[in-house]
Amino acid sequence: MTGIDGTLLDFKSLDLLADGDTALHRLDPRAKVLATVVFVICVVSCGRYELAALFPFFLFPVFMIALGNIPPLYLAKKIAVVIPFAVMVGMFNPLLDRQVMLHVGELEVTGGWISFASIVVRAVLTVSSALVLVAVTGFPGVCAALESLGMPQPFAVQLLFLYRYIFVLAEEGGQMARARELRTFGARGRGLRVYGSLIGHLLLRTWMRAERIHMAMLARGFSGTFHTRRRPCFGLREVVFLLGWSIFFITARLVPVVHLLGTLVSRVVISYS
Amino acid sequence: MHMADALLSPAVGGTMCAVSGGMIAFCSAKVRTGLDERKVPLMGVLGAFLFAAQMINFSIPATGSSGHLGGGLLLSILLGPYAAFLTISSVLIVQALFFADGGLLALGCNIFNMGFIPAFLVYPLLYKRIAGPAPGRKRLATAIMISAVIGLQLGPLGVVLETVFSGISALPFSAFALLMQPIHLAIGVVEGVATVAIVTFVHKARPEIIHEALAGRPMGKGPLRTVLVSFLVAAILTGGILSGFASKKPDGLEWAIAGITGAEVLKGPDQGLHAVMTALQKRTAFLPDYSFKTTENGTKANGGHSLGTGISGIVGGLMTLAIVFLSGFLLKRRDIH
Repeated sequence: MTGIDGTLLDFKSLDLLADGDTALHRLDPRAKVLATVVFVICVVSCGRYELAALFPFFLFPVFMIALGNIPPLYLAKKIAVVIPFAVMVGMFNPLLDRQVMLHVGELEVTGGWISFASIVVRAVLTVSSALVLVAVTGFPGVCAALESLGMPQPFAVQLLFLYRYIFVLAEEGGQMARARELRTFGARGRGLRVYGSLIGHLLLRTWMRAERIHMAMLARGFSGTFHTRRRPCFGLREVVFLLGWSIFFITARLVPVVHLLGTLVSRVVISYS
Repeated sequence: MHMADALLSPAVGGTMCAVSGGMIAFCSAKVRTGLDERKVPLMGVLGAFLFAAQMINFSIPATGSSGHLGGGLLLSILLGPYAAFLTISSVLIVQALFFADGGLLALGCNIFNMGFIPAFLVYPLLYKRIAGPAPGRKRLATAIMISAVIGLQLGPLGVVLETVFSGISALPFSAFALLMQPIHLAIGVVEGVATVAIVTFVHKARPEIIHEALAGRPMGKGPLRTVLVSFLVAAILTGGILSGFASKKPDGLEWAIAGITGAEVLKGPDQGLHAVMTALQKRTAFLPDYSFKTTENGTKANGGHSLGTGISGIVGGLMTLAIVFLSGFLLKRRDIH
């Protein structure tokens, strides 16, 4: 009915995917976070006009989707929602950059179109890597990884509180929004006055709730750290995963694999014809 | 609208990540030592509240469209700058991971634009100055409106600057700014109006929350750490951003050597240890001359640069895509068995 219910459902479904049990899910979160960071840096460091060089990078999200049991159509829908911003800014490139850079037979491709395509491909790659990371690691896993990589503890604790209470508060907010929908007619009741009161009440309830939460946790012996069932261990599998992917990304970035492959194939085809 | 990775270069992204990371560490230290322990669950829960509140709309009277809260200013008013900065950063991290709203590398930029600017620029310099110690309703409303509008002009200006400095998009600064700023003027007004509505409600219901927040510790002189952090930040900013403007002309030493010997760099002996070390250095230098190694096709092409035979690129590209998706398909099938 309202946007907040749909968003919460979306949030919950991605969170549920992280509860899966595949080999990828069992890897230590640090390896996955670091591999994703190297991936994003390598993709983003590609030059403006590099399009074909970005294609080998698709192997990473495809691999993670296949081995992590993530439904590809679900991911594609989520990616499609977020691409428009990058597209809107990149749209101006073909208009502003009209220098012809590529000749495909008789077709002339300007630099603007190549850089626009590059922007879109980049967007798909980076967005999918973020979603895949959460789907395979889970938010508490990512927080644990970041904390062991140096994130300050108050921030980590606060992140986990945020995650825990998003479900609670989004449901409450959803209830209030639905109640407002059911009681309004036309434009009455949707203006600022009701909004201020609605959000204000939600805020005050949240504030009081936070005090009770803190007291409850202190009463149960909370001392600042969260304890998890699965102990993190960075073993051989994680090293192989991280090193393997990092070497692949850096090689794909520095060596023009795609052009070599293309030249090889064209030469083979030409020598046979 | 959060900054995306697709428009970012590693230099800008890395610099902003370092700045934001430094600020997070600084604020965490402040929260741990200065304020109560109660603040940490409060921060987390208010972050969740912000998440929920951002999804509830109100209708704007004249236009017939709806608007919603951004929340940076509201959090700064209620929690003070340090706690608000941490809360906003955490909300942005969750948005980037779960909704891909803003890239992972771009988190540094987004945390700066939407966290640092409202909490450490707009809040102390505008809101606190205008509101004063015990504001009435009108003063509070004025302070909030002005802070919201200006905060929502500075944030998008940050996005424009980061995009232009990255050089991936071809939009020049003036055109992009002309696109972003007017839209965000309207968004700033909406934000101000929403924040005023909420804060006046809270002021009526629980005035002590607002007064306590205003009477909070002023941002006085921090310890040595603050100074060191700011120097680190300045160094990184200079290295990351200003190095783009570094002159390619010879520096003092090279100019002097050129004057004496006729070449900018002294040539070492052809044999012996020196030659071996030079060869090794050439091979291993990841950033020769402070830029990424140029591949066969050139990297930071500034136009007028042929991409070589297009055919090999296209064929290779298609083949790579085919290989990638075939392997994905095979992995999937293997997994089912």
